[in-house]
Amino acid sequence: MAARLRKAGLPYALLIPGLGWLAIFFAIPLLYMLFESLKQGTIDTGFIFNWEFSNYTNALSDFSEQFLRSFEYAGLATLFALIIGYPLAYVIAFRGGRWRNALLLAVIVPFFVTYLIRTLSWETILSDSGFVSDTLRTVGVLSEGGRLLDTTFSVVAGITYNFLPFMILPLYASLERIDPRMLEAGYDLYGRRRDVFLRVTLPLSMPGVVAGTLLTFIPAAGDFINAELLGTPNQYMIGNVIQSRYLEVADYPTAAALSFILMALMLAIVVLWARVAGTEALLGTERERR
Amino acid sequence: MRQGGEGSAEPSVRLDGVTKRFGDFTAVRDLKVDIPRGQFFTMLGPSGCGKTTTLRMVAGFEEPTEGRVLLDGEDVTDRPAFRRSTNTVFQNYALFPHLSVERNVAFGLQRRKVDKAEIRRRVSDELERVGLAAEAKRRPAQLSGGQQQRVALARALVNRPAVLLLDEPLGALDLKLRKQLQVELKRIQREVGITFVYVTHDQEEALTMSDRIAVMNRGAIEQVADPEAVYERPATTFVAGFIGVSNLMPGEVVSANGAATELRLDAGPTVRTAESGGARRGERAHAVVRPEKLVLRPAGDFADDGRASVEGQVESSLYMGTATQMMVRLADGTRMTVLVPNVDVDARRRLPSPGDPARLSWSDENIHIVREAMA
Repeated sequence: MAARLRKAGLPYALLIPGLGWLAIFFAIPLLYMLFESLKQGTIDTGFIFNWEFSNYTNALSDFSEQFLRSFEYAGLATLFALIIGYPLAYVIAFRGGRWRNALLLAVIVPFFVTYLIRTLSWETILSDSGFVSDTLRTVGVLSEGGRLLDTTFSVVAGITYNFLPFMILPLYASLERIDPRMLEAGYDLYGRRRDVFLRVTLPLSMPGVVAGTLLTFIPAAGDFINAELLGTPNQYMIGNVIQSRYLEVADYPTAAALSFILMALMLAIVVLWARVAGTEALLGTERERR
Repeated sequence: MRQGGEGSAEPSVRLDGVTKRFGDFTAVRDLKVDIPRGQFFTMLGPSGCGKTTTLRMVAGFEEPTEGRVLLDGEDVTDRPAFRRSTNTVFQNYALFPHLSVERNVAFGLQRRKVDKAEIRRRVSDELERVGLAAEAKRRPAQLSGGQQQRVALARALVNRPAVLLLDEPLGALDLKLRKQLQVELKRIQREVGITFVYVTHDQEEALTMSDRIAVMNRGAIEQVADPEAVYERPATTFVAGFIGVSNLMPGEVVSANGAATELRLDAGPTVRTAESGGARRGERAHAVVRPEKLVLRPAGDFADDGRASVEGQVESSLYMGTATQMMVRLADGTRMTVLVPNVDVDARRRLPSPGDPARLSWSDENIHIVREAMA
C-alpha cells in the first residue's frame, strides 16, 4: 500500500526540479516585473509602488509605432522564412537521400557562430561600400545613392536570416514523418503533382508550419539586435525601445509595462494563429497517433 | 492503339518481358504474364520475391528497367500513376489522416472533376457496399483496422478502375477478421467484375481467393496456374515447398519419353509418372507427394496392391485432432510428413510407434516429378 502510494507520487516528485526552476527564474521575475511596471517616479527621485496603470496607457500611446513595426517586421520575416524554408525542408526530407544529415547540419551550422557576430557580418556585407551594394549599383538594381543597409529591407532580411533554422527544423520534422505511400495514394487517385502537394503534403505538414511560424514569429517580434545593427531609429522595433528604456534611460516602470504589453499582444496573436491554422492540423495528428 | 473491338481478347494486364533492377540487384526478371479481364489474379511468394515491385510497376510507382506494361492492350509503360486506370489498396491502407472517411473515398472522383452530385451518390453507394455508411464523417484513425481496410477498398473501387491492385491488404489484421474479409473481398470482386491483382505471401489466402496464382521466387515466376493445379501439380521444387507441406524425395531421372518418366529415388525405389514436368534423362529432380496422399503401414504389413512404396523409420507421431501427423525418415535421410486421418480408434492403435519401421505408399496420380526451377 505504502509502496503503491510512493509509486503514485513519483511522477509528481520528478516535476519538482522543473517547477522549482520555473518558479525561481520565470514566475518570480515575472511577478517582480509586474510589480515594477506599476511604480511611479524617476531614477533620481526613486520609484514608489502606487498602482500606476498610466504606465501602460502611456507606453502604448507613445510607442504604438514601434509595436506595429515589430509585428510587421516579424510577420514579414516569418512569411519570408516560410517561403524560403518550406522548399528547403521539402527537398531535404524527400530528396535528401544519403545527404540528409549533412544538409540538416548545414542548416544548423550558423548557430555555431554567435548571433551578434553573424549580424555584425551582415552589416559589413550590406554596407554602402560593400561588394553587394557595389554590384547591385553596377547592374542598376540599386540607384546611385541607394542603400541596402539601414533600411526596412536590411532589418527584415536580417531577422529572416537569423530565425530561418527555427522555421526549417520543425518543417523538416513534420515533412519527414509523412509516409511516402500517402503521396503515392494521392498519385494513384488521379492527383497531379500540384493536387498531391496541396491536398496531401501541405495539410499533413501543417503541424510543422504552425510550429515553425510560431518559433520564428515570437522571438522575431521581440528582437532588437537586427534593428540596432542593420537599421536606424526609423527601423527600431519594440525590443529596441525596451532595451533603451531599461539600460539607457533607466525608466524601469515603462520598460516593464512595455514588456507586459508585448507579452499580452504576442499571446493574443499566437492563440489566434493556433486557432486558425493549428487546431485542424494538431487534432489530425493527435488522432493519427492513437 | 487499341486492337480489336469491344469485348476483344486483349488481356486486362499484360507484362511483356518486364525487368526491374535497383543498382546491381534484380528485383524482377523478365516477367511475361497475361491477366484476362475480371480475373482474381494472385502473385504469391516470400518477401523479397519481387511481387510488390511488380504490382508497383503496374500501378505506375516504379518504372520497369526493361519491358512493357500494357493495360487493355495499351502500352502504359511511360505513363505516370495518375494517368492509369488502376487503383491501389495499399499495405497499411495509406488513408489520408486529415480527411474524413467520405472525403478519402471522394478523393479520386474529385481529382477527375466528376460532377458534385454524382460524387456524393457514388461515395455513399460505395460506403454502403462496404458497410461503413454510418462512419462517413469520421477520421480514419477513429476506425478499427478492419474498417480502415474497407475504407481503403472503397476509396479505390469507387473510381471503377479497370484493374484493382491489392498489396497484402489483409496483412495487418488478425486471423479471424482476415478470414471474414477474404470472403467479403471475393464477393465484392464477383459483384463488380473488376480485374484484381492481389499480392500476398500467405499461401492459404492465395488458394482460397484466386482464380489464378503466379508463384514468384527471386524475381521470377515459377508457376502460373489455378489454385488446384498449383497445389496438386507444383511445377518446381520451390512451388512444392512453398505451397502447403510437401514431401520432396530427391532422385535421378532414368528415363523420360512422351508417355512416362521414371525417377530413381535416392531412397531406393523407382517411381513412374505419366507427365515429365519437363525433366530430362540424367537430370536430378524430385518426386513430390502431399502428406495426406501417403498411406502409412507397418513395414511387415505389405499389401501387394501394385502401388509404389518406400520404406523408412517412424521418427515421431503427433496427435492433431482430426489427423495424426507422422514423421518418417527414409534410407537416404529424407524426412517425410504423413497425415493420417483419425478415422477410428482401432486404425489409430495399429499405427507404428516412433522407432518402428514403416512403409509409405501412394497411387501414381498423386506423385509428380518436379525440377529445381523452370527452364
